[in-house]
Amino acid sequence: MPEPSHRPQSSKPHPSPLADRRTPVYALVGNPNCGKSTLFNALTGLKQKVGNYPGVTVEKKTGTTYSQHGRPITVIDLPGTYSLAARSPDEAVVRDVLLGRRADTAQPDLIICIVDSTNLERNLYLVHQVLDLGRPAILVLNMMDLAVAAGLNLRVARLEHELGIPVIPCEAANGKGILELRLAMSRTDLPLSRHRWDIPAPIASAVSELQASLVENDGKQPLIARAEALLLLTDQNVVRVAGSTPLSDPTAAILAGWKQRWEGQGIDWSGTLVNSRYEAIARLCAEVVLRAARTGPSASDRIDQVVVHPLWGWLVLGGIMTALFLSIFTLAEYPMNWIDGAVAALGTWVKGAMPPGDLRDLFTDGAIAGVGGIVVFLPQILILFFFLGLLESTGYMARAAFIMDRLMSRVGLNGKSFIPLLGSYACAIPGIMATRTIEDPKDRLVTILVAPLMSCSARLPVYLLMIAALLPGDRVSVGAKVGLMLLMYALGTFGAFGFAWLFKKYLLKGEPPLMIMELPPYRWPRLKDVLFHMLERAGLFLRRAGTIILGISILLWFLTTYPKSAGDVTPQAQIAHSFAGMAGRTLEPVIRPLGFDWRIGIGLISSFAAREVFVSSMGVIFGVEDSGGKDTTPLRAALRQAQWPGGAPLFTPLVCLTLMIYYVFAMQCMSTIAVVKRETNSWRWPLFQTGYMTGTAWLICLVVYQGGHALGF
Amino acid sequence: MASTIKLSELAVGSKAVVQGMPAQGPASLRLREMGVLPGVAITLVRTAPFGDPLEIRVRGYNLTLRKSEAEHVMVEISKTET
Repeated sequence: MPEPSHRPQSSKPHPSPLADRRTPVYALVGNPNCGKSTLFNALTGLKQKVGNYPGVTVEKKTGTTYSQHGRPITVIDLPGTYSLAARSPDEAVVRDVLLGRRADTAQPDLIICIVDSTNLERNLYLVHQVLDLGRPAILVLNMMDLAVAAGLNLRVARLEHELGIPVIPCEAANGKGILELRLAMSRTDLPLSRHRWDIPAPIASAVSELQASLVENDGKQPLIARAEALLLLTDQNVVRVAGSTPLSDPTAAILAGWKQRWEGQGIDWSGTLVNSRYEAIARLCAEVVLRAARTGPSASDRIDQVVVHPLWGWLVLGGIMTALFLSIFTLAEYPMNWIDGAVAALGTWVKGAMPPGDLRDLFTDGAIAGVGGIVVFLPQILILFFFLGLLESTGYMARAAFIMDRLMSRVGLNGKSFIPLLGSYACAIPGIMATRTIEDPKDRLVTILVAPLMSCSARLPVYLLMIAALLPGDRVSVGAKVGLMLLMYALGTFGAFGFAWLFKKYLLKGEPPLMIMELPPYRWPRLKDVLFHMLERAGLFLRRAGTIILGISILLWFLTTYPKSAGDVTPQAQIAHSFAGMAGRTLEPVIRPLGFDWRIGIGLISSFAAREVFVSSMGVIFGVEDSGGKDTTPLRAALRQAQWPGGAPLFTPLVCLTLMIYYVFAMQCMSTIAVVKRETNSWRWPLFQTGYMTGTAWLICLVVYQGGHALGF
Repeated sequence: MASTIKLSELAVGSKAVVQGMPAQGPASLRLREMGVLPGVAITLVRTAPFGDPLEIRVRGYNLTLRKSEAEHVMVEISKTET
């Protein structure tokens, strides 16, 4: 490790951020799929913080690295983007941070641009915009090994000369070039780019007028003002996100005036600027990129001949999904049993260590049991995050979106919603957190809203119990049971697509989503990055949802425990006497038309924490000792004997079916509510979601039960 | 004069040069920023299983776009077919 140095810095013509006493801030920008996260991990290691930019649901990742002399440097990993002309909240944040428009984030002192060397031309478009910002910058040519393998020969010294900034060849995945980058980041005399390009004549006078106004009315530095003027003239629809400062009125008026003039004259102003940037880049690339003759299709092309083939493509997709679900349901079982055991052991230990009383029960039956009920799903969530990371880093995710786009467009979404929805079959939480790859905010919201309708694994215990109670004995064929199970999955799936269509058509109307997406070359995943990503996601879930889950667990414990019955009564009598019991009885008129009584009502209330809690609640309510195992035979027998006060059986086949359908649609998962709250940044959407899902559940159950009843079932 | 057609009508595997793009619309600006500009050479690599979206190769990388977006991009088929 380099020794920390306290030598005074000599004064230089360009005052460097490193000469300041505060910790300098460097921003890392680049296109998606250029290895930006790998470079960020290589620079900062485990010293990372993940949060959100205030007011928007864009992830803010910062880390600390050290200069050659051991001085700390803050690195902000900005979301991947192709352009500073923003079209999504993610891209708007990149633009606003770089332009110093965000009050919550210091304007970076230095910009590290990372590009994929195998695809220099398109990657340089963003760099070209960034160099206009008038900040010292470093260009990192990542994946140099792959560029060489593809037959490209890049003249690094020439590029450095043309741009006038340090250019560092790098293989972030192998750690090559990181030292050189760190040395460059430690320099105190980093120059501004001397790259100049010609702004076309009709635009140039608008740029200088806007620049002058931005300096005068918006208090911008001249260089930043020029960059901002250029950006304002590229954007057709300026995406504004919370936390960024708006333009001053005079500047906005000048901008509107020019746009109106050009549109009147039929001048394609935004296109003209893009054209001249690409012309400048093409001239640069002609100097820098010496291309050897390509020989035949690349490895990626050959893989894609199978992976997106009209027939084999579906088989590959089906195979990958089967592997995903098999591993979720088989591999996860072992750690889930360990966690189950550990939570039970912890509860027992606390029970032994603390004096009996309400405080002890609050810990064991409230906090430990409640949070344990969520943590038990962590193995599934981790495996799902692992697979999502793997699919993303290999490049398969884009292919899945490509082949599914046509089907998803039927309900107004695009192919990128497919993987998050599919993941929700295991658990809606990773599914919802994976919607961050969907750029359009409305599409993302619709995907979040319908994702919990996909039958997740927590519904399985409820389905299994109800099928067992519905189709008693061994006379019923396995086929009927499997058929019923599939019916529940189909109901949820059709429900999700139906609601997506409905929401896109009426509630969140918008432009039809674009499907302009890069299909990146296939790459070997880096296990380290995938594992890192998995742990980071899971940590985020626990941190973000943890407090809400703990709170609701304790609330539900309180509702089922108080008020206390006089004397020593059975748990069965106690829960009947509790607030939850009262609520169940109060709820009975509402759920009576669905064929449910107040005892089922208690089950519905208590399983609001998580759906599988319904099974254990039924155990308590019908006085069946929890054997701790998976055997529900005594419970099934108890359910079959349960009666209405008049003596009619409670759990008729129709009621069992109705109850299953209720669990298909109703939002009975506090973790999902907590995650949706974090992902949408408000209580509005999780509450709406809970309302529409549970409302739909009630309506459909009403139709099914009353219809079935009328038909004599 | 070679014939100018819509990108959405181009046959799979054929090469073409972009001639015209619409001035307005979010798809148009994004396509330009991704390097699809008048004068650039493209290849229609394949279509997705249902014939939509399309996959094109432009400036050395692969890009997808929907048929509805490709309808507004005019291209001229290159004569040097391979």
